[in-house]
Amino acid sequence: MKLVTAVIKPHKWEDVREALETFGVTGMTVSEVSGYGRQKGHTEVYRGAEYDIALVPKIRIEIVVDDDDADDIVGIVVKTAQTGRIGDGKVWVSPVETVIRVRTGDKDEAAL
Amino acid sequence: MTASTLLTDLAPLVADTTGLDSGDTAWLLAASALVLLMAPGLALFYGGMVRSKSVLNMMMMTFGSLAVISIVWVLVGYSMAFGDDVGLGLVGDPTQYAGLSQLLSEESNGDSGIPLILFAVFQGLFCVITGALVSGAIADRARFGAWMVFVSVWTVVVYAPVAHWIFDFSTSGHVGGWMANELGVIDFAGGTAVEITSGASGLALALVLGRRIGFGKDPMRPHNLTLVMLGAGLLWFGWFGFNAGSALGANQTAGVVFATTLLAGAAGALGWLALERWRDGHATSLGAASGLVSGLVAITPSCASVSPVGAIVMGLVAGVVCALAVGLKYRFGFDDSLDVVGVHLVGGLVGTLGIGLLATAAAPTGVDGLLYGGGVDQLGRQLVGAGAVFAYAFVVSGIIGLVVAKVMGFRIDEEHELSGIDLVVHAETAYDLHATAGARSGSGVLGGPTAPREEER
Repeated sequence: MKLVTAVIKPHKWEDVREALETFGVTGMTVSEVSGYGRQKGHTEVYRGAEYDIALVPKIRIEIVVDDDDADDIVGIVVKTAQTGRIGDGKVWVSPVETVIRVRTGDKDEAAL
Repeated sequence: MTASTLLTDLAPLVADTTGLDSGDTAWLLAASALVLLMAPGLALFYGGMVRSKSVLNMMMMTFGSLAVISIVWVLVGYSMAFGDDVGLGLVGDPTQYAGLSQLLSEESNGDSGIPLILFAVFQGLFCVITGALVSGAIADRARFGAWMVFVSVWTVVVYAPVAHWIFDFSTSGHVGGWMANELGVIDFAGGTAVEITSGASGLALALVLGRRIGFGKDPMRPHNLTLVMLGAGLLWFGWFGFNAGSALGANQTAGVVFATTLLAGAAGALGWLALERWRDGHATSLGAASGLVSGLVAITPSCASVSPVGAIVMGLVAGVVCALAVGLKYRFGFDDSLDVVGVHLVGGLVGTLGIGLLATAAAPTGVDGLLYGGGVDQLGRQLVGAGAVFAYAFVVSGIIGLVVAKVMGFRIDEEHELSGIDLVVHAETAYDLHATAGARSGSGVLGGPTAPREEER
């Protein structure tokens, strides 16, 4: 099993969710997060004083998937979340040792 | 029977029972309530501008001022401002109206068309607003008890004498203050007494308390601009009571002042927005709110002295000049957190000195300024008045601030300032927006405060 983590632009979240559901993904964990990459935040002006706001709002999506599906899901996220402009985000994949469904105690693939 | 004959028939009945004018009294009652509304308006205006960790403290400094100044004013402040002068036009007799019990009977009103006790309360609310304005200079870092002591002493030692100078006109059998009577400063609703006083006192306190940790380095952006906009709107609404109420009657002057107050606020917003659109590239909501307040500040002294077009010019100039002036604190390194200097001191100067330029004899105060062919005479009087009020308020507020800092400590600990003054000083946090709020474990599963445990209840 793999954990796919994607950090994307907030306005792309609905598109990504729809594309993943069409593919057959049945669940995910989503959080509102802040961070910055190469774009280094943005500037805001209050009463003429410029502030460099380092942190940009992003959406983080976490999905635990079968090993076989990981590449497809990464491809869908990248294709859907892409605008081609700076700040589109990142997607990464990490190995998962064990998954347990809390309600039933099912383990691993049965718990996905 | 027509309405007018009905009124004629009833008029003698009304006049026989009292020397008061019911229309004037009704308007001043309403105007006083409008001025009171400026306090929560200011609390929202200021509260939205600070960070979320100190919004409650910011609002409490306004509400605290409302509570303590109202009482100090009635006990002694009004008497020092509007009692008979004790010498040189500097201060009124503190015992003459102490506690206001001398103003309970109708006879005490003399030939006034409005109850003097109502006038006293109306003027007291001016002091409340002025005191609360000062607190914007010391956001995020002042001990609440020290603030309450400061503002009480300040009411007696700074505001009441200045109000006496400016607002206490001599009548037969009563001697008032030096600026209103000897110098002839025109200040209809408080460009000097309210705006310059609050700005000068705020500057002094900002210097006494020093800069916030991270000033000029960390982004200290406003945490809720919707509160700021709502607060500015409420201030504007209340300002009609402040300015038009200062006519002390339901009359032509009040009507003129109502119009100029509307126009200067509108022009102030446009002036500020135009400047920042040109300079920074965007017209901001904080700019609109700040600009309309700047215009209102400038029209406060001049509302009965200018034409409607004059009010528009006054507002535009104030909006532009104040938008430039809020940058001074970064250049000179004083942490006037919410720009009491940039908006109220500078805007008050624009309005007070602007009378010397833009006043027209056709307006209720009946004086021509320089641009209307009146020469520099009035401008000179305005300049002396503004300078004297600034110097007095700055020096005396600074001394009170230093004494309070020495005796009881004015500033909270560095550690507490960083963690947030609301939690440390008031044991509260303004917002609980977590999805888990109100859960069994208290107000939030992660890191929130816990509810009192069973055995402790």
